[in-house]
Order: sequence, then C-alpha cells, then structure tokens
Amino acid sequence: MGLEIKMPALSPTMEEGTLAKWLVKEGDTVKSGDIMAEIETDKATMEFEAVDEGTIEKILVPEGTDNVKVGTVIAVLAGEGEETPAATPQQAEAPKAEAPAQPQPVAESSGATKAETGTGNLAGGRTAPAADPAIPAGTPMQKMTVREALRDAMAEEMRRDPDVFLMGEEVAEYQGAYKVTQGLLEEFGERRVIDTPITEHAFAGLGAGAAMGGLRPVVEFMTFNFAMQAMDQIINSAAKTNYMSGGQMRCPIVFRGPNGAASRVAAQHSQNYGPWYAAVPGLIVIAPYDAADCKGLLKAAIRSTDPVVFLENELVYGRSFEVPQIDDYVLPIGKARIVRPGKDVTVVSYSIGVGVALEAAEALAGEGIDAEVIDLRTLRPLDTRTVLDSLAKTNRLVVVEEGWPVCSIASEIAAVCMEQGFDDLDAPVLRVTNEDVPLPYAANLEKAALVDAARVVAAAKKVCYR
Amino acid sequence: MLEFYREMLLIRRFEERAGQLYGLGLIGGFCHLYIGQEAVAVGIQSALAKGLDSVITGYRDHGHMLAYGIDPKLIMAELTGREAGISRGKGGSMHMFSVEHKFYGGHGIVGAQVSLGTGLAFSHKYKEDGGVCVAYFGDGAANQGQVYESFNMAELWKLPIIYVIENNQYAMGTSIGRSSAEDQLYRRGESFRVPGIQVDGMDVLAVRGATETALEYVRAGKGPIILEMKTYRYRGHSMSDPAKYRPREEVQHVRETSDPIEGLKKVLLENGVAEDELKALDTKIRKIVSEAADFAESSPEPAPGELYTDVLVEQY
Repeated sequence: MGLEIKMPALSPTMEEGTLAKWLVKEGDTVKSGDIMAEIETDKATMEFEAVDEGTIEKILVPEGTDNVKVGTVIAVLAGEGEETPAATPQQAEAPKAEAPAQPQPVAESSGATKAETGTGNLAGGRTAPAADPAIPAGTPMQKMTVREALRDAMAEEMRRDPDVFLMGEEVAEYQGAYKVTQGLLEEFGERRVIDTPITEHAFAGLGAGAAMGGLRPVVEFMTFNFAMQAMDQIINSAAKTNYMSGGQMRCPIVFRGPNGAASRVAAQHSQNYGPWYAAVPGLIVIAPYDAADCKGLLKAAIRSTDPVVFLENELVYGRSFEVPQIDDYVLPIGKARIVRPGKDVTVVSYSIGVGVALEAAEALAGEGIDAEVIDLRTLRPLDTRTVLDSLAKTNRLVVVEEGWPVCSIASEIAAVCMEQGFDDLDAPVLRVTNEDVPLPYAANLEKAALVDAARVVAAAKKVCYR
Repeated sequence: MLEFYREMLLIRRFEERAGQLYGLGLIGGFCHLYIGQEAVAVGIQSALAKGLDSVITGYRDHGHMLAYGIDPKLIMAELTGREAGISRGKGGSMHMFSVEHKFYGGHGIVGAQVSLGTGLAFSHKYKEDGGVCVAYFGDGAANQGQVYESFNMAELWKLPIIYVIENNQYAMGTSIGRSSAEDQLYRRGESFRVPGIQVDGMDVLAVRGATETALEYVRAGKGPIILEMKTYRYRGHSMSDPAKYRPREEVQHVRETSDPIEGLKKVLLENGVAEDELKALDTKIRKIVSEAADFAESSPEPAPGELYTDVLVEQY
C-alpha cells in the first residue's frame, strides 16, 4: 500500500468538504506543489497541492462527492521507484491528558488527522428552534445557511436603499473572508461594496463619518476581535453623538462580523464582545442564532436610524435553518423569542449558546424536565419582559452564555431576575458560561473552557433540585 | 476684509468672555479657547461653499462655529449647560454640532475627527454632490495612528478632503519639538502621496489664499491635501492649564509681532478704513458677546426629563 492522501482540513472550522474536482488521474506522476484537486470548504474553493512526489496509484473518492469528512483517505500515492514507503509517519492522535468527557466521534479513516476541537461543545442545535410564532402558519419555508441569510439581508437592503453600502476587509473581490458577502460586488459594483485596507480604527471612523453625512454604511469586521482597534469610534463617536448633539446628528451604521469563540484559534481570536457593547447606552446590540433571525434582524439593523453592533458567529455560518419565504422579512429589534416552550425551568441564551441550550433541553426532556428556552436575540435593549414572564411560569432560571462569566449578559439577567422577579424565584439563578480564562489553544483545554450542554443540564437539574 | 476682521474680533471677544465665565464657575469641565488662532478658522471658512462643504474639528471648536455664522447665544448657552444650548446642554464646550450649517462637531477624542471627516468626504463623493470636507486637527492629533490610516484611504479613493493641521506648537504641554520626529507637519502625507502646504496661520489673507488653492485641487478630483497652519494659542491648552511649559515672553512676542487681528487692522487702516469705524465695530461686537453671555446665564437648565432623550432615535 502506498502513501495515503487524506481529505485535508482547510479551515479552522472545516469538518467535511466537497471534493469538487480531481486535476490528476490514476497513473499521473506528481511532485511537491502540483495541484491535485479542488476542494470546496465551508468558506471557499481551495486548491489541494501535493506534498510528496510519486505516482497516483488509486483515486478512492470520485470528484463531485459531497460531505467528505476531514481525514478520509481520498487517494493513494506510490512513492518514486519504491513499492510503498511511508514517506510521512502517520499522525498519531495526541495522548489525552484525561479521559474525554464525551465519546469521540468515530473517524472514517485510520488515525485521526484533526484533533477534536473544543468547539464541538457548541455543536448543539441539531435540534432546530421552534418557528417564530409571529410567522403565519402555512408560510412556505426555505432551508438556508446563516451565511446565505446574512448575505440576502444585505443584498435586499442594498436593492431597497441606494444609500446603503458595505465596506470592510476582503468583502468585495475576495467575496468575504467567511464568504458572507459572496456575490455582492458583482451585483452592486465597487462603488457600494468596498474593500478596505487593514485599518480598523480609521475605517470604523470613516463609516461613522459617512453615516453622519447621511449614508447608511454596513461595516464588516473580519472578526470582532479586530474591532477592539476601532472601539473608540464605535463607542465615543457612533454611540454618543446623537445624545451629545441634542438629537441633531444621527449615526445610522451597522458594525457586523463574527463574534465569539471560533475553533482552535486561541485567545486573541476568540471572545464574545456581547457584554462589552451591551454596556453602552446609545448602541443597539443584536446577537441572533438561526438563519431566519439573522436575516430578519440584519434587515432591521440596516434600517434602524441608530448605530447597531450586529454580532454573528463563525461556527454557525454554515448551519442550515428554515427561513420563511416572506417578501421583506424584517423582525423587531429588542424582542426575545421562546424557541422551545416548557414549564419546569427557563434557559436563557443568545447566539451560539441557543444551540447548546436546545441540546440541553432535549437531554433534560429525557429526564422528565421540561425546559423553556429563550433566545434573547437582542442584547441591548434587553427584552426583560419575556424573561420575567417565563420566570413567573417556571420559577427557575439558568443563563447559558458562550463568553466569560464576569460582568456578562448572564450576570445582567441574574440581576434583573433578582431585582424584578425575586418573588418568582424558587432557586437562585445560575450562570453557565465559559471558564474565566483566556481561551486556550490545546484541544482538550479549549473543550474544558467552553460551555457545553452537559453543564447546562447539570445546572438545570440543580435549580430543579433534582 | 472688514468681514474677516469682524469675525476674528467676534471670536476673540467671545472667547475672552467665555474665559471670564469659566472663572466665575458658570462654565464647567474642559474649556479650550481659540484666542490667537482666529485667522485659521475665519480664513478657511470664508473660502468654502456654504451649505455644501462640510466641516469637522476637535474640541477647540467655539471659534469654528462662530466663523460659520452660528448664533453666539446658542454656543454660549451650551457652554453654560443650558437647554437653549446648541446641543441642548448635553454636549458642552467640546461637543457642539450644527448639521444645518454642515458643521459636524466638536469631537472630544484627539484624532477621531480625522477619520470621521474622511467619512464625510466619502459621503460627498458617494452622493456626487461636489462638496469637500475640511477636517481640522492639531499638531498633537497629527501623531495619532488613525490620521495616517485616514490619509491612506483618502488618497487611495481620491476623497474630497482638506486636512487642516492647526499647528499651535503645543500639544497640551508638549512642544512640537519634543513630540514630533518630523516637525514640518505639511510633509506628513508624503508617504501616502498626499501633498501639503505650509501656511502662515496668523495671516488671514494667506490662509484664505491657501484654502482657495487647496479647494481647487480637491474639487478637481485629485484627492486629499494637507494645509499646515502655523499658528499660536495665547492661552493655556484649556482653562485649567497654567502654561508653565513656555516662557511668558514667548507669548508676548507673538502677540506683539504677529497677532492676526492687529495684523489685519494695520492692513485695513493702510487701505483707508477709518479707525472710528473699527472702534464702532468693536463696540458692536462687545454688545453681541454681552447679550450672548446674559442669555447663557439667564436661560434655564435642561428639564430633568432631557436626561433620557436622544439616547436612541427610534423606539424598540
């Protein structure tokens, strides 16, 4: 047997991909650097290069195959003039520091090529949230990814209002670092879809100035981690000017991009800024979970006359959800949604945490606990009414947040429940959050740091005294 | 020319009065006076197309607003934190705006107005309205990173903007020599291919002339340009600054040799304007300033309910 060529992981979040095209055939000789295949990831179509020299002995996965798991053997290479030397050693799985908390997924090939990531904790959401009660029954639905829903929201608003434009790093020619802005340059041209230099501080300020000048910018941050360089403009310029000017000078801008932990990118690229921005009067902060909410709320954000921070999540960009086929689907800002009705305990979350909460609710149902899951959707202004009404019904509440515990949205919800719902509480409000550490790189530590359904289940049982 | 004189004198007298009111405790917080720098705002504003070109500056903004013809009463009432103030008492000295006059502030964070102004220029270009943005900043702000990020994008996209560096030689207490490796600030755009002109900012006519040149360049679609205005502030950085970092003689020397108002007065007299006429003008201006001060002192503070207004525009 020759050298196994495996399906490569071509992005931090890639778990599987499409083998779009083989550029070599059996019997071809390849050398290092030759392009062997084109592989579509969740983000882009990538060329896959040969590393070793040799002859393609066998192609095991034909082109056009979808959902090829990372690590699957896709071809076999015979070494130069040799029978079958193993040119590279098999990648051994890193020894685990301790027994894994969850069963390992069964790899399709021998020897894992990609360490399991801690963000597997957040993979929940195999359970789809309930449909928005505001959507009339019988509305035709279409399955689409969060990424497509966001793109459609921007495209629809750009068609509707010529003052809306999009700017950011790699939004135009590259089609978006995470493919969210795919096709927009083609439709709207370079006047309205603008690639910026890597210069967050000034392009956030430029966007805010353009909004003050009467336009409606959508400013994409490649990730919100980079927006820290721009925070002065977001807070001191965009959020405060209307107040400081006695209502004269508006700043209708949307700052959007992925927020929260991604996969194995470590501390500087993994944090949730929801609580940071939600602390600032003058801002609207939206952090939706599913595709329908992403679409309806991004459209609302672009139409709002106020500055909006719109927090997306890279790990859910590729997830598919039902989106109602309604012309001009715009959702109200500042309204939470009950995504799973229940009577025993309220689980409040937002963004990717909603998937974890839903997964936990499923598990709890198996143990006879009927959890109600609330997706906050907007973090500022916070829909405390929906939370308190649910608390009045269940008398127990857990907050799930993919973020740090200190001064978090979870802290805020706990405070609100104590101040305004004290008499309804049969147990203390519990917070289930990430650990209070910078997010580590090592797979096992990352996994230990991130919130997961098991912790939510444990907290829910605790408040139910079970 | 007489109009330039009137405007500069109005700024001077207004600022002197603001200084007095600060001393009396009627104006609080930070208050940065424009005394000495009058020729810059007056000369530049006079060359702009009113109602079309936009202006943005930092926190030393009273003079700019007066040069733009904004009612001194509204400015003074903002300084005293009254409901009749131009920002309804919620902005104060550093945060004043008049969208009606295309004056976009009044920004308190050093350098922030440079990126914002670049955005205003972007909106002129996007709307194809033919307007130009003038973004003022000081020698202190000239060392902020976002200034250069802005130069880069402005040149890259040929945005219609004039960057005016009001070089009054002191960034609070730090002289330009102690803060700037390249102290010829008009050259600060070189690595972005943004041209610059150094101008005697104490001479209102030189300022006006340079602005016309700059406007011509920018309106022709050639992109941004820098005007470095060499100027001087007579007072401290703000009202609470004792200005121990420079000798009294230095200030005195500038006042005696290159004061913008005295300089223009000399030209006016040489051109046959009667001294009495200038005196009468001074009296008139003192009256306007007194009325503004009386208005600012006597008008009511904002209603308590104003605390919660204008945080957001819409209801959610």
